[in-house]
Amino acid sequence: MSVYINKDTKVLVQGITGSTALFHTKQMLEYGTKIVAGVTPGKGGTEVEGVPVFNTVEDAVKATGANVSVIYVPAPFAADAILEAVEADLDMAICITEHIPVLDMVKVKRYMEGKKTRLVGPNCPGVITPDECKIGIMPGYIHKKGHVGVVSRSGTLTYEATHQLSEEGIGQSTAVGIGGDPVNGTNFIDVLKEFNEDEDTYAVVMIGEIGGTAEEEAAEWVKANMTKPVVGFIGGQTAPEGKRMGHAGAIISGGKGTAADKIKAMNAAGIEVADTPSVIGETLIKVIKEKGLYDACKTH
Amino acid sequence: MNIHEYQGKQVLKQYGVSVPEGHVAFSPEEAVKAAKELGSDVVVVKAQIHAGGRGKAGGVKLAKNLDEVREYAKELLGKTLVTHQTGPEGKEVKRLYIEAGSNIEKEYYLGLVLDRETSLVNLMGSEEGGMDIEEVAANTPERIFYEEIDPVVGLSGFQARRMAFNMNIPAKLVNKAAKLMLGLYQAYVEKDAAIVEINPLVVTGDGQVVALDAKFNFDANALYRHQDIMEMRDYDEEDAKEIEASKYDLSYISLDGNIGCMVNGAGLAMATMDTINYYGGSPANFLDVGGGATAEKVTEAFKIILSDKNVKGIFVNIFGGIMKCDIIAEGVIQAAKEVSLEVPLVVRLEGTNVELGKKLLNESGLNIVAAGTMADGAKQIVELVG
Repeated sequence: MSVYINKDTKVLVQGITGSTALFHTKQMLEYGTKIVAGVTPGKGGTEVEGVPVFNTVEDAVKATGANVSVIYVPAPFAADAILEAVEADLDMAICITEHIPVLDMVKVKRYMEGKKTRLVGPNCPGVITPDECKIGIMPGYIHKKGHVGVVSRSGTLTYEATHQLSEEGIGQSTAVGIGGDPVNGTNFIDVLKEFNEDEDTYAVVMIGEIGGTAEEEAAEWVKANMTKPVVGFIGGQTAPEGKRMGHAGAIISGGKGTAADKIKAMNAAGIEVADTPSVIGETLIKVIKEKGLYDACKTH
Repeated sequence: MNIHEYQGKQVLKQYGVSVPEGHVAFSPEEAVKAAKELGSDVVVVKAQIHAGGRGKAGGVKLAKNLDEVREYAKELLGKTLVTHQTGPEGKEVKRLYIEAGSNIEKEYYLGLVLDRETSLVNLMGSEEGGMDIEEVAANTPERIFYEEIDPVVGLSGFQARRMAFNMNIPAKLVNKAAKLMLGLYQAYVEKDAAIVEINPLVVTGDGQVVALDAKFNFDANALYRHQDIMEMRDYDEEDAKEIEASKYDLSYISLDGNIGCMVNGAGLAMATMDTINYYGGSPANFLDVGGGATAEKVTEAFKIILSDKNVKGIFVNIFGGIMKCDIIAEGVIQAAKEVSLEVPLVVRLEGTNVELGKKLLNESGLNIVAAGTMADGAKQIVELVG
């Protein structure tokens, strides 16, 4: 078991003919992801890496039965691409694109209310269920199949944590990058719920960063509902106030959204927080040993 | 991106928001000329810098005649203003706004901002105008009112009126205030603002509702569709290295330390700063080279880091996803050749095309310290910088 995606997921790549999409389509295919279709308006009828290209998402879904889309469309057109995926009733749309205007996302989010599709991202690395399905831009080789769920606002920090786990022989059930933008589709609590219910996930790593209050809300939820151990990390502990640290969502304003507040809330919820990103793996191992879950989590 | 008060008022005017008459001035002569044209008994000489708290810092002066205008203009131009938003180094005043005086009856606060919890834009208003709104929020939160705005229908008339009544705007002026709020929301949405604040919004003796200040911050991701706003950018208000970085789509922020950092991904870049601090070092910058970087971009990033004279060592920390390690390696090698690299360089590569990247660096003949992990790299650069 895993969450969101597995070996049966049929993937559609929106914006497949762009250079970034092409590179990662190749990487996903090599990993074993079932990519069944691509969409680039005007390129319908062609083929890329053996994948048929369609003019619209609707056409692609009709012809191939794709159920999850990954979006590499440039920022000015990305919100429109998400709407197209939602309108086609896909199970999930994973938007990799960064720098989407935030008011575009406000509209997208409102449009998605009551719709079937789950959005992950934007500005995220994607979702991977090791050895089954990789959707996004994460390097496949750092992952290992196993029982730890990973959820993170930061792409590269997710790689960092996952890599540490794999090096220690601790595999992952699924790793979900929810993205660094202030308005995104899936939040920490959505993913934590899934991990809590997934019988193959025994423990969770949650990686947050400064800005907003998503980590505090997630900590509240963990305290009230989570039956599995969670360890965490917060990026930006030494960031100055008022400066936007790359991610549009990572800004401390009016004394809110500081790392100290988040760590305090997480500790209060029983979430052990790693001091530095280099010890996220160690911290998890310590906690699962205490809970007697180490042997079950150790892959080999 | 921020703009000046006078530019913000130009934007507001386009949306029917009442603002006092005024002109920008770059010299005392221009200030006097502007005051003459206004023909008002009292004019306000306002320092234009990208920071709030100007009034308290002595950046806003009331002049009763043209001699006073000249005097205040001379005093303010070239002066460094230190407010609670500028940091201790302050900001030099290079522009003034000469504005007709207003007959103020009462001051209010009005703002528009995105609420991240609901993903909706909120209109905020308070009777406590002219004060630091964060203080009001901390001490008397019940005195701030909110209206959540549905992006489909926009700010509704009834919401704007309800806000005006909540703010205790005199009943006969509620419709005027509501109209101003609708204009303000339209400006916010059409220009892709991130924050708009009118502090104070005032009711005048002659029964007008006027925006006496205008603070705009725009969504950097949407500037591509607002040429008019881009043209308002004042490079004097920004860090030279940050401007240079933005030309190459690099996300760079100057800091006080001496270890230059080049990282991919904002989260990892922040975590790298944290780790350097953890081992007793101090980062000179935040730099995210982004996902789609080319070798040229990486070279420019390197040059920008080295243009900071405080930099005594560089730590490159890359975990490639979209970013390929060989691209980073090529850029580092190219940059090291173009600028004579005299400070220690520690490189940690992991991720997409890592073997190719490592091979390029090994064969480059450059004096590079290879690090196995982020912690190892941070420790090494902190030791090398000493």
